[in-house]
Amino acid sequence: MAEERRPKQCTVVLPTESMKAMAESIGVGQLQEESCAALSEEVSYRIKEIAQDALKFMHHGKRRKLMTSDIDHALKIKNVEPLYGFQSQEFIPFRFASGGGRELHFYEEKEVDLSDIINTPLPRVPLDVSLKAHWLSIEGVQPAIPENPPPAPKEQQKAESTEPLKAVKPGQEEEGSIQKGQGATSAEAKGQCKKEGLIRMKPRSTHELSVEQQLYYKEITEACVGSCEAKRAEALQSIATDPGLYQMLPRFSTFISEGVRVNVVQNNLALLIYLMRMVKALMDNPTLYLEKYLHELIPAVVTCIVSKQLCLRPDVDNHWALRDFAARLMAQSCKTFSTTTNNIQSRITKTFTKSWLDEKTQWTTRYGCIAGLSELGPDVIKTLIIPRLTIEGARIKAVIEGPVVSNIDKIGADHVQSLLLPRSTLTVSQSGIGGSVGSRTPSIIKVPSSLTLMSTRPGTPTQPSPPATKYIVMATSAGASSTQQVP
Amino acid sequence: AWYILSHINLIEKQRETKGPPNGQVDLEVEKKEIKTETSNDGSGNNNANSSSPGSTSLGATSKSPTGPAEDQQTLLAVLQFLKRNKLNESVDILRREAGLSVEIDDSPGSASGGAGSGGASNSTVDGGDTNSLLSRVSIAIPAAPAVTAAPVPPKVTASGGEDQPDVNVVLSAYSQQGDPDLYPLYYNGLKKFIESVLDCHRAELSQVFYPLFVHMYLELVYNNHEVEAKQFFEKFSGDQECYYAEDLRILSGMTKKEHMKGNETMLDFRTSKFVLRISRDSYQLLKRHLQERQNNQIWNIIQEHLYIDIFDGMPRSKSQIDAMSGSLAGEAKRDANKTKVFYGLLKEPEIEVPLDDEDEEAENEEGKPKKKKPKKDSMGSKSKKQDPNAPQQTRIPLPELKDSDKLDKIMNMKEAAKKIRLGSDNLPSICFYTFLNAYQGLTAVDITDDSSLIAGGFADSTVRVWSVTPKKLRRVKSAADLSNIDKESDDVLERIMDEKTASESKILYGHSGPVYGISFSPDRNYLLSSSEDGTVRLWSLQTFTCLVGYKGHNYPVWDTQFSPYGYYFVSGGHDRVARLWATDHYQPLRMFAGHLADVTCTRFHPNSNYVATGSADRTIRLWDVLNGNCVRILTGHKGPIHSLAFSPNGKFMASGATDGRVLLWDIGHGLMIGELKGHTDTIYALRFSRDGEILASGSMDNTVKLWDTLKAFDDVELDDFTAATGHIHLPENSQELLLGSYTTKSTPVIHLHFTRRNLLLAAGAYNP
Repeated sequence: MAEERRPKQCTVVLPTESMKAMAESIGVGQLQEESCAALSEEVSYRIKEIAQDALKFMHHGKRRKLMTSDIDHALKIKNVEPLYGFQSQEFIPFRFASGGGRELHFYEEKEVDLSDIINTPLPRVPLDVSLKAHWLSIEGVQPAIPENPPPAPKEQQKAESTEPLKAVKPGQEEEGSIQKGQGATSAEAKGQCKKEGLIRMKPRSTHELSVEQQLYYKEITEACVGSCEAKRAEALQSIATDPGLYQMLPRFSTFISEGVRVNVVQNNLALLIYLMRMVKALMDNPTLYLEKYLHELIPAVVTCIVSKQLCLRPDVDNHWALRDFAARLMAQSCKTFSTTTNNIQSRITKTFTKSWLDEKTQWTTRYGCIAGLSELGPDVIKTLIIPRLTIEGARIKAVIEGPVVSNIDKIGADHVQSLLLPRSTLTVSQSGIGGSVGSRTPSIIKVPSSLTLMSTRPGTPTQPSPPATKYIVMATSAGASSTQQVP
Repeated sequence: AWYILSHINLIEKQRETKGPPNGQVDLEVEKKEIKTETSNDGSGNNNANSSSPGSTSLGATSKSPTGPAEDQQTLLAVLQFLKRNKLNESVDILRREAGLSVEIDDSPGSASGGAGSGGASNSTVDGGDTNSLLSRVSIAIPAAPAVTAAPVPPKVTASGGEDQPDVNVVLSAYSQQGDPDLYPLYYNGLKKFIESVLDCHRAELSQVFYPLFVHMYLELVYNNHEVEAKQFFEKFSGDQECYYAEDLRILSGMTKKEHMKGNETMLDFRTSKFVLRISRDSYQLLKRHLQERQNNQIWNIIQEHLYIDIFDGMPRSKSQIDAMSGSLAGEAKRDANKTKVFYGLLKEPEIEVPLDDEDEEAENEEGKPKKKKPKKDSMGSKSKKQDPNAPQQTRIPLPELKDSDKLDKIMNMKEAAKKIRLGSDNLPSICFYTFLNAYQGLTAVDITDDSSLIAGGFADSTVRVWSVTPKKLRRVKSAADLSNIDKESDDVLERIMDEKTASESKILYGHSGPVYGISFSPDRNYLLSSSEDGTVRLWSLQTFTCLVGYKGHNYPVWDTQFSPYGYYFVSGGHDRVARLWATDHYQPLRMFAGHLADVTCTRFHPNSNYVATGSADRTIRLWDVLNGNCVRILTGHKGPIHSLAFSPNGKFMASGATDGRVLLWDIGHGLMIGELKGHTDTIYALRFSRDGEILASGSMDNTVKLWDTLKAFDDVELDDFTAATGHIHLPENSQELLLGSYTTKSTPVIHLHFTRRNLLLAAGAYNP
């Protein structure tokens, strides 16, 4: 008994007012109330009958939408004259007028000037029906061509990555079925199936790229790390919007993680920035679900946040912007992918906190940790950053006011200070008002005027431009100007 | 004697609690139930349960047969029972008490005779016939008519003479007056009872709910109890199985007596008895309950409007019942599927051999057996021996093979030699033909067997034919030009074609409504199209003109198909009749009537001796072309059936419906053997690969799915019991059989076709 699923009942009956209105529209006034009631029931029933027949025509017409022609055909098989020229744009074509104590319904029929119609230029002839062939599948594998839909919808990717045991992609389970097919008897095969059902391994999936895809991959990766900014923008745009990149995702992911690894060692700031922009583009792509590749992407991003050295000249290059940018990427992926199983957010938070608390941590790393933490939301700021403000302030003071040990340290301290400054003032002022922390604090690097070039829309990481020396100059000067306001 | 009876009762109870160890004793037990019950009645014993104050008509009928005959019969039955259970002491006691002589006891013939006369008016199934009890299967068949013999032919006088006499006849059966307020009580009483019975019976008895509900509702409506009817509907419609929702919706719209006239669904309910399959045990339970409660209202409905097909053995489980139910008129009667069906393939015509010798030496060298026909070839037909399951070659007259047909066969075999062996590890490639700019108007597609032509039927009444090979479509020259051709030349066939008319596609105008069905003749010379305008048209693909318009269906013709041997074709439409035609006859050769709703799709069996039709009444019927008989009724779909496909070896059939499920059938046994779940919308296309290893299904949900039928058919365990009773155990996980699923870009798949080399072609209109 399907008690929970009650069938939809069509006990709806047209209101008697409609009967009156329709009667009036054909010139019958003063319809008795009883006749109206009787009529409305009869009409409702007949309409339902016709609608049921019309549905048949819809089904046989291989459509999901009921069309007026279906109704016409349904009327025809009931031996009723079909409605000719039915093309009302409106739901109910009646107009209402009252006057002299009478209420009146009528059709609004406009006069049409024939010459207007004749003189208007003919509309374009619609294209004729044509036949086009494409490969929906080649030996069981669907080729990634424009005629086919994007390979795997995001839900499927998500289902696959979060519930790998359930989602068995058809076409990838061939190996399993071969094994099963080899069972000598059916009973044996059955037993095998059952066993397999219990310890079913996720089938090994092969991501073979077509020649076109390989070319695409080559073009895109080259453009992304190449020198032409216009090309790069195009490539990033493509990564961020193309629907068919699912199969290339593992390649991109490896490309990025390897790239970061190599370039951190070589202190190639520009390339690191390009790679981070690629990460962002991938994250922006609505058809991709990155969960499966986070194990490669997150280390790369975290590296760009907390690495001791990201550029050849840490005193002049603006690696701070990269750290900020990567921190925002990190925050975004935490927001998107953190679940109770993978605990990304808490793990990341722990990592940042640990290295921040370490006394020996370099200023650059310290900056990265704070930046990373501060992007993780007001709760993190409140519980982790605010309590440490005084200690941190003392340390900054020690570096800035103390004997000059190294210029790099000083700059680092400056940056940490400028990073913490708006945070502290903000929270202090807020707590002064009501104690509650705002829903989303503005980005920390807002203060240096030079960096406001980048939009600071909350939530979406902005793209740092490739390093330009002017930033560095201005950034340092901005940092220097706000030296004295240590809390 | 009463001591013994109660003793027997005790035994019976023990048996019941233990569960029937085997059919034999099971039968005895249940026979016993009836005996004790009737004897109680006869002696006027006060029944603890008979408290309902309803009418006493039922009591009267059950009392009437009581007499010496009945008593004797009862005693005989008791004796039989005791003997079988080796209770010889009791037998002796009873015999002494009753004063029966030994010879009466030992002559079952006379006993059964007496029993028959005694039990007839009570319409009890058992009848006390000990002989028939011994043979398990035979009992059900004579028993069934006894149940349904009761209904009186409806009286025409019930409601005045109007222009639809048959409808009135039909409706008058509802004109019995009962207190409308009691209907919910009755129904509730039954519901309570069924909920209280043992689990094993509950599922079976629950089948009664839906037809009872419908008929009670219709009775209320017919007798103008509109308010009560509405209340009744609201109260109990939620209890019905979800797959009846569609019919319930129609019912709920019907609130007045006037509506019942001319309503097809209603008529179907009345004219055809709703068939239920119930095990004998469950049936007896139900019957006893109704008789005890004197619930004659429900009993009348069961007798008049239901056909209860009683079988012996274990009651079926819920899933077994659910798999088979869902059709408009219940399940198929078991004896409806007993006729032998010659599902084997026809032997290759012998004229083929000399042809090979003359024309194709190479072909002979291959030494391959001849393929039966161009349509659906099978690697299975390896032997040239006559298949025992195949019909006789001349069972129905088939057209002679023309020279061109022979050539085509040779081509076919050449292609078949290059055929790819498909399997779960070797999936076919799919080539998709998209109809662009069709503006939702594509309604039917067909592809020739050699995959050279594609035809599309459109909602704007046109039929378009495309050539998908470099060979363009050409018309035959006009008569005047033809007379100038040298008829002796070798390339006369080439010369008669008008080169000026060569084009990739041709449009055929002639219909006046959407074209719903389309089919190429096997020789590619003709094309059939069926339309909303009620006609089937035959087009020549030589002249691209209409040759014949077959009129017969006055309503839309939903589908048509050529026989795999040509010449014959079948059509089915809104008039619920499928017709068999021959191209040279203006009138249909056969009319296949029996479906309760539109015939939505029609398919020829590969041996051309049978025609399968799917219908909106959610059944599939198989018809014998020879005599027009319905030889199979297959139930189980929960929605109108829109596609059918025979396996190339003719043994199996697949069907797809609006419910998105594909069901697999064994034609020989008339059994459902598989259910393929996965589609989410109507399945419009089904096709087996050339070797039958893979089933492709195409649906409105924009996917093509491939199923491992080899495995599906292998997994079927058809023991004798299953074959005899029709109780199926479906393999649970159809996902194991799904080999692949390919999504199109918003293009519903409405046709599928395997080329001779096992490449899958699919077609549909892009629907942005």
